[in-house]
Amino acid sequence: MRFLTVSGPPSSGKTSVILRVIEALQQRQRKIGVVKFDCLLTDDDALYAKKGVMVKKGLSGALCPDHYFVSNIEACVTWGKENDCEYLISESAGLCNRCSPHINDITAICVIDNLSGVNTPRKIGPMLKSADIVVITKGDIVSQAEREVFASRVKQVNPGAVIMNINGITGQGAFELTSLFEAASNIDTLKGKTLRFSMPAALCSYCLGETRIGEEYQTGNVRKMEMEDKQ
Amino acid sequence: MRLTELYQQPLTAILAEHPYIEDFITSFGLTITANNSSLEHYLDQLNPDFLEDLGLSREQLQRSLDDFLNGMLALRKPLDRVESLTIIGGRNKSGEAEHVELTLQPGEVTCIVGPTGSGKSRLLADIEWVAQGDTPTGRKILINDQIPDSQWRFSTEHKLVAQLSQNMNFVMDLTAEEFIQMHAESRLVTNPQEKVAQILEQANMLAGEQFRPDTPVTALSGGQSRALMIADMAFLSKSPIALIDEIENAGIDRKKALNLLIREEKIVLMATHDPILALMGDRRLVIKNGGIAKVITANEAERCNLQRLEEMDNQLMALRNRIRSGETLEQL
Repeated sequence: MRFLTVSGPPSSGKTSVILRVIEALQQRQRKIGVVKFDCLLTDDDALYAKKGVMVKKGLSGALCPDHYFVSNIEACVTWGKENDCEYLISESAGLCNRCSPHINDITAICVIDNLSGVNTPRKIGPMLKSADIVVITKGDIVSQAEREVFASRVKQVNPGAVIMNINGITGQGAFELTSLFEAASNIDTLKGKTLRFSMPAALCSYCLGETRIGEEYQTGNVRKMEMEDKQ
Repeated sequence: MRLTELYQQPLTAILAEHPYIEDFITSFGLTITANNSSLEHYLDQLNPDFLEDLGLSREQLQRSLDDFLNGMLALRKPLDRVESLTIIGGRNKSGEAEHVELTLQPGEVTCIVGPTGSGKSRLLADIEWVAQGDTPTGRKILINDQIPDSQWRFSTEHKLVAQLSQNMNFVMDLTAEEFIQMHAESRLVTNPQEKVAQILEQANMLAGEQFRPDTPVTALSGGQSRALMIADMAFLSKSPIALIDEIENAGIDRKKALNLLIREEKIVLMATHDPILALMGDRRLVIKNGGIAKVITANEAERCNLQRLEEMDNQLMALRNRIRSGETLEQL
C-alpha cells in the first residue's frame, strides 16, 4: 500500500487537490482510502465518499490535533491495509504552523496557496520545510509574477522539494501530481517509523483543564514573554 | 566553487559574494552577521533548543542550505536557449490519432481555437509538463528537436511556460514599482532598477490610461493590470513560452502587447476567438474532441482581410469613445 501524508494551512485547498488526484488515480483503476483529520467538524468525508473511496474521519476535539494524528495514524494504516487499499492518503491541517504530520520515509506533501501572502512560506514550520512535494494552489487567479515570487519564497525555505502548481477547481496539474503519487513509498505498517520533526511540547495546568488566569494557577511547562525593552 | 569549500570561508566574504544567503537564513527566523568565522562555524554554534522552537534542526537546516546553494549556483549557469518547440500528436478523446507534427519558433504566434471543453487546456498542460506520451493525450513535446531534460518539469527557476489569463489579479499590497522590484529580486537580475523603469514605461504604453509608479497594484484598472502583467512577462519572466488566455476584452492595445512578446522572442500560444488576434497569428490550431483536428496557416486572403477588420475595429473604438464622452449615436 502506498501511503502519503498531505497537510497544509486551513483552506489552502488540500481536499480539492486530493479529490482531483483521486479522479486521476481512479482512471487507473486504483483502490484508494482517505483519512481526514480535523478538529471540530468536517463534511469533507462525504465529498470523499461520493467519489467512491474508503474514508475514515478523525476529530481531535479538545486535544491537540497533531498529537491526536500521531496517536492514531498507525491504526489508520492498518485499516487501509486490511481493506486492501492500494493508496492511503491522510489529510490534516497544520493549525499552529509549528506542527507537522510528516513521517520519515513516507512521502510528505504540503499544500499552500498563492493567496496566503508572500511571507507565509517563512511562517510555516516543518510542515512546509520538511515536505517532499509542495503543491501551490489558486495560481489561476493571481498574476504570473506573483506566482513566480511565491514559488521562489517556497523554494527558499524548502529548496529540496518538488514544487508544483495545481488548480484544485479545473484539476490542471493533478494528472502530473498523480504520477508522483505512483512513486510514493510502499509500506505494510508504520511500526518503527519516526516523525520527521518533534511535535511542540505542552504540559501545563491549562492542558489539564485550568481556565483561571493568573501566575498562581500556572504550573508545569510554562514560558514567559520578554517584557523589558532591551537597550 | 564546491560547496564544501564555501562552508569554510569567512562569513564576510561569503555574504558579500552571495547576499541571498542572508535572506535564506532570515527566512528561517535566524540572524547572521558578517564576521571572520566560517559558515560551518555559524551553523555549529546555533543553539539546538532555539532551533527546535523555530521548528528546525541543525541537520535539516544544513540540508536545506545545501539544496538552496546548489540551486543558486545552478541559476548562474546560462540555460540552453529554446530555439524550437515541437508538438508530436497523440490521440483525441475517442482514441483517434492526431497526425500532427508541429514546430514552433521564438517570435511566432500560434492561436488555439475551439469551444469550451474541447481540450485547449489539456494541450497547454501537455506543453507545460513537456509530455512524453505520459499524459491522457499521448502527445510528445520536444525542445530543440530533442527529448528535453526533466528539469523543465519541476524547476521553479526555469519554468518553460509563463501564463496570462483574463482571471488573473494582483493580490499583493505593494506599489507597482515595489512590485516589479520584488519580482526582479526574486529572479536575481543584475540591474533591477533598470528593469523596473523599462517595465513601467512599456506597461504605460500598452495601457489605455497611464498609471504612476506609486500606484498600488491592487488599485490598477483591469487594462492597466493586464498591461503591467504583459510588460513584466516580456522583460522579467525567463520562461521562453508565453501562454495567453483570452485577452480580447482586457482594455489594452492588443497589437502592441503581442508585438512586445514577439520582439522579446517568446513562443506565443494564445487561446482566442478574436478575429483580429487570430489573424495576427502565424497559424491556428483547431481543437475538437480533445485533439488537434486541423492546423490553419494564415494565407494572403486572410492577411488582406486583417486590414479591413482593423478598420472596423477602429470604427467601433471611435463609437465607444463617443459614448464615453457623452455623445449620442443617432448618426454613425
